Amino acid sequence: MKKIEAIVRKSKFEIVRKALHEADIDFLSWWEVKGQGTAKQGLIFRGVAYDVNTIDRVFISFVVRDINVEKSITAILKSAYTGESGDGRVFVTQIDQSIRIRTGDHGDESLYDKK
Amino acid sequence: MVLPVLTFAQDTTAVVAKAVEAIVPAVAATPEPFISAGNTAWMIVATALVMLMTIPGLALFYGGLVRSKNILNVLMQCFILTAVISLEWVVFGYSNAFGSSTGFLAPYIGGFDWAFLNGIGINDVSPYYISQATERIPHLVFVLFQCMFAVITPALIIGAFAERIKFRGFLIFSVLWAIFVYNPVAHWVWSGDGWLFKLGALDFAGGTVVHINAGIAALVMAVMLGKRKLPNGQHITPPNNIPFVVIGAALLWFGWFGFNAGSGLAADGLAASAFLVTHIAAASAALSWALLDWIINKKPTVVGISTGAVAGLVAITPAAGFVGVGSAIIIGLLVSVFCFFMVSVVKGKLGYDDSLDAFGVHGIGGIWGAIATGLFASPLIQSAYSGAFAGNSKQLGIQLIAIVATIIYSGVLTVILFKIVEKTLGIRATDEEETAGLDITQHNEIAYNESE
Repeated sequence: MKKIEAIVRKSKFEIVRKALHEADIDFLSWWEVKGQGTAKQGLIFRGVAYDVNTIDRVFISFVVRDINVEKSITAILKSAYTGESGDGRVFVTQIDQSIRIRTGDHGDESLYDKK
Repeated sequence: MVLPVLTFAQDTTAVVAKAVEAIVPAVAATPEPFISAGNTAWMIVATALVMLMTIPGLALFYGGLVRSKNILNVLMQCFILTAVISLEWVVFGYSNAFGSSTGFLAPYIGGFDWAFLNGIGINDVSPYYISQATERIPHLVFVLFQCMFAVITPALIIGAFAERIKFRGFLIFSVLWAIFVYNPVAHWVWSGDGWLFKLGALDFAGGTVVHINAGIAALVMAVMLGKRKLPNGQHITPPNNIPFVVIGAALLWFGWFGFNAGSGLAADGLAASAFLVTHIAAASAALSWALLDWIINKKPTVVGISTGAVAGLVAITPAAGFVGVGSAIIIGLLVSVFCFFMVSVVKGKLGYDDSLDAFGVHGIGGIWGAIATGLFASPLIQSAYSGAFAGNSKQLGIQLIAIVATIIYSGVLTVILFKIVEKTLGIRATDEEETAGLDITQHNEIAYNESE
């Protein structure tokens, strides 16, 4: 099992979400974050342009079975891409254990809907 | 204390007038003044409109501009000033500002004859009038109308010290300022005894008394308190709620109709003229600022257009009863240029932290407005008054005297009052208070509780 985390543009988030759905990834969490990086967001206040070195992004996080890692990453990379500085990152981490709270399923069994 | 006999109200031969020279005395058959229902109804509404300018107009305008950890502090400052200055006003403030005293202080401050509004009956007519000598309003309505001006003036200064002042120090300072700066300056300009009134200074609704007065105090406070401790070497922080800024500015514009059109103390042609030029100056200035933003920074901003509208309203305030619509357009278009330059260039270069531009907008706007009154006052509006462009260049000189006198007095007194409060109670918030936010440290409240 792997955790996939991605930091993507707010404007790309819904597109990423749709791409993940098309890759059969329908269980994920996200939150809006502030951060800093190479991209800049300038602001204006009463005639003065200024920059607080802060940008807004969406941080997505979900855990998948190993068989789904490749297609999850591909879905994100394709849908979040613009080519401009500030597109974001994808991180992959090893997950030791996963348990579904309702049924007590462990491991891979907890990561998909049993039809 | 023996109260001297008052000769106001019913004595038509020695009527004290507000910004109008005493008319030809004792002409045969000047009718007895009486309470006009129409004028009174308007003035009661105008009074309410001016109150709207402080709460929630100014409260939201300033509140939306600060960071969210400080918004309640700003709202509280506006609210408590509404309460405490209203009380101060009826207890002795009105008497000091608009009453009379005897002796050498008479041109500078009134006495205590009207303390607790003693001697003012509910059916007494106002001794002050502008265009309507006979059909007047109740004295008590005039008292309350002026009360709202006394409330908003110290509230304007909030913009200079927002986000870094202790609440108790702010409150004591503001009340002392109202007593020792606002009341005297109001007396100078608007009381029949006042030396600036007698000199012929023109200030229809408070360009000097309210805006220059508060604006200079704001500059002094900003300098004396020092800058806010902002991260990353910034000197600007993003406003926490720009929709509030817009609502506040719109309420200010709306309420300003009472501020300016009500300063004629009647519902007549003069009020109509003041009403019109107020609106047109605001519109011109709003557009002007939006265009400046657009040209200089490539994008018109909402905070910018709101600020422009307010600047236009400030500038037209002293001129509202003296200028025509063409002058109002020019006054409005230019005030945004001056204020924009002040806040975007000069403030940064000089390095003082007038966090919400109380000086940049009210001080500079008020100075321009007072000068503009001296230039554009037209006898077509009120026949007794004309400015430089109508051939009376002396008026400009008189305006400059009023401007300079107010700047010096307000500046010096603000320094003194600041020092007194600083040494006794403390006025600057500590670094910890400033970083944690004034809402939680001064009021134990959080503005936006989103947990549920």
